[in-house]
Amino acid sequence: MFQLFQQRRWSLVILWVLIIAVIIAAPAVLPVFRLNLLGRYLSLAIVALGIDLIWGFTGLLSLGQGIFFALGGYAAAMYLLLSNAGNLQNGIPEFFTLYGINKLPFFWHPFGSPWFTLIAIWLIPGLLAAFLGGLVFRNRIKGVYFSILTQAALLVFYNFFNGQQKLINGTNGLQTPATKLFGQFVGSDLMQRWFFWITALLLIACWFGVRWVVRGRFGDVLIAIRDDEPRVRFAGYNPTLFKTIVFGIAGALAGISGALYTVQSGSASPQYMEVPFSIDMVIWVAVGGRGTLIGAILGAVSINYAQSLVSEALPQSWLFIQGGLFIFVVTLLPEGVVGWWQAGGPRNLLTRFGVARRIGTYPQLEMDGKEEVQS
Amino acid sequence: MTTLPDISSEQDLMLDSLDGGSDPLLELRQISVSFDGFMALRDLNLSLKQGELRAVIGPNGAGKTTFLDVITGKLRPTAGDVFFKGRSLLNKPEHRIARLGIGRKFQSPRVFEKLTVEENLALAVSHPKRPWPLLRAGLSAIERDRIAHLMGIVTLQKRAHQVAGSLSHGQKQWLEIAMLVGQSPDLLLVDEPVAGLTDEETDLTADLLKSLVGDHTVLVIDHDMEFIRRLESQVSVLHQGHVLCEGSMDQIQRDPRVIEVYLGRNEEAA
Repeated sequence: MFQLFQQRRWSLVILWVLIIAVIIAAPAVLPVFRLNLLGRYLSLAIVALGIDLIWGFTGLLSLGQGIFFALGGYAAAMYLLLSNAGNLQNGIPEFFTLYGINKLPFFWHPFGSPWFTLIAIWLIPGLLAAFLGGLVFRNRIKGVYFSILTQAALLVFYNFFNGQQKLINGTNGLQTPATKLFGQFVGSDLMQRWFFWITALLLIACWFGVRWVVRGRFGDVLIAIRDDEPRVRFAGYNPTLFKTIVFGIAGALAGISGALYTVQSGSASPQYMEVPFSIDMVIWVAVGGRGTLIGAILGAVSINYAQSLVSEALPQSWLFIQGGLFIFVVTLLPEGVVGWWQAGGPRNLLTRFGVARRIGTYPQLEMDGKEEVQS
Repeated sequence: MTTLPDISSEQDLMLDSLDGGSDPLLELRQISVSFDGFMALRDLNLSLKQGELRAVIGPNGAGKTTFLDVITGKLRPTAGDVFFKGRSLLNKPEHRIARLGIGRKFQSPRVFEKLTVEENLALAVSHPKRPWPLLRAGLSAIERDRIAHLMGIVTLQKRAHQVAGSLSHGQKQWLEIAMLVGQSPDLLLVDEPVAGLTDEETDLTADLLKSLVGDHTVLVIDHDMEFIRRLESQVSVLHQGHVLCEGSMDQIQRDPRVIEVYLGRNEEAA
């Protein structure tokens, strides 16, 4: 048992050293194009952390995180467009004139303030998630019905955003690269480098935040809800409240993720709310390792990076590879890659091929003392 | 009917000593539960005094588990009312009923299998069961002591850091009883605590339950006659959804109606 613990400890340390090294070295080593991609993937890791919190720990499989991701993205894009609209005619973003609008819609106004925007990026998606989640959880809707509801909500938002040309430029979305922040174009190399650092920093901060939530008794309640919710009620806990809180947190994380992704990809559009994208998010977590925070991060970054590399080399083939990967993980590594690793997977594999020695019994049987006979 | 439960329960104790108890801790009045016309419970009346140990027996399908579902808020009765410390429990969600002081042990042991023994007990013992206090602070020294004490009672100290899923069936039963006690409920509802236990474990469980009586009111449901006899308690016999008769084990076994519906058949089978 102690050895297993040590091994787990070391693998965690190694993983973290690797991650930090990559973040520090990346801007010096990678060309700007690659750096920008990596920055985007790090921001996607933040939404994956939220999904791990609600799915891996609490058992809520949401297929609608794209809603909250998009809201964060739109908040950031609206601020960038507004802060650059001063020197345009009418003082409003350019696309409005295409539809003959001369007056800014009311809900755009607060996004002129950077402070409001910085708070809105996570608070609006967080509150919306808590509100929608609370309604569903109150009615004790669980499991696959919850997943279907989240996907339906996603479609509702997708269609709504697509249809609102006069409010938010509909299908085209909001384009940010040509806007300026601190006197620099948002799409410039310098800004992208900064966004990369900010994203890496925020990802680590979010990781610590979620870790704080899942460690300790609060996290134990989440796991208990995942495994046996009625029993949690009889123990005097109100699962609805806990689920609402973590769904809100996951929504807020998705918003942060969406904002960071938007400034690095150059646009916020209804595409963020397409069904496959939200399912992809779940796959990152499943492949990386549900219930392990590092698994969610590694899953999001590595799958996306693999996607861009594969798509460059063999266009068209990525979807097959992704589907195969998902099936492979679900059938052979149900706990994901990190979960498999933590359960002593590499050693088991070596044992199977006869390289390592087989362990005689379960470790816990070795600990059995005589306490059952006494008493 | 008073709104201050602490005071009322003290009054109960005083009244108990004066005139044998007039205000019951738990009272079920005319409870009926119908599942699509099938009456799982019919005009069930039952009352428990503070500090009492009561056994409820009955053949399969007599409504034993349904009756616990009604008390703990899992099921809403079609008719009737449940009073605990003088307050109605109808329309209260499960977690509120649990916080009022009713703990339930399930038929098959239900512990949180992915959590360790210690974490399971910590969830039971934690006092404010709201999210923020749980996030902000760890276990208090008092809570730690209680967990250690509970693990001592059920002899699981050596397994404190083992996940509950790896325990044996009997150990899970005991862990769940310890969790129940850790919630410090006034009323413990215990559903078939000795199902699947060895004789030795059954005896130990009977002693454990008896030792809880006094500080707690305990209601045990089972159909293991030897186990019920060991409890030396008042027995209520449930049959087709209502209470057939009540009394000591000896009285019960002499009652011709009970012999007909339950014991007679049981002895033939044995």
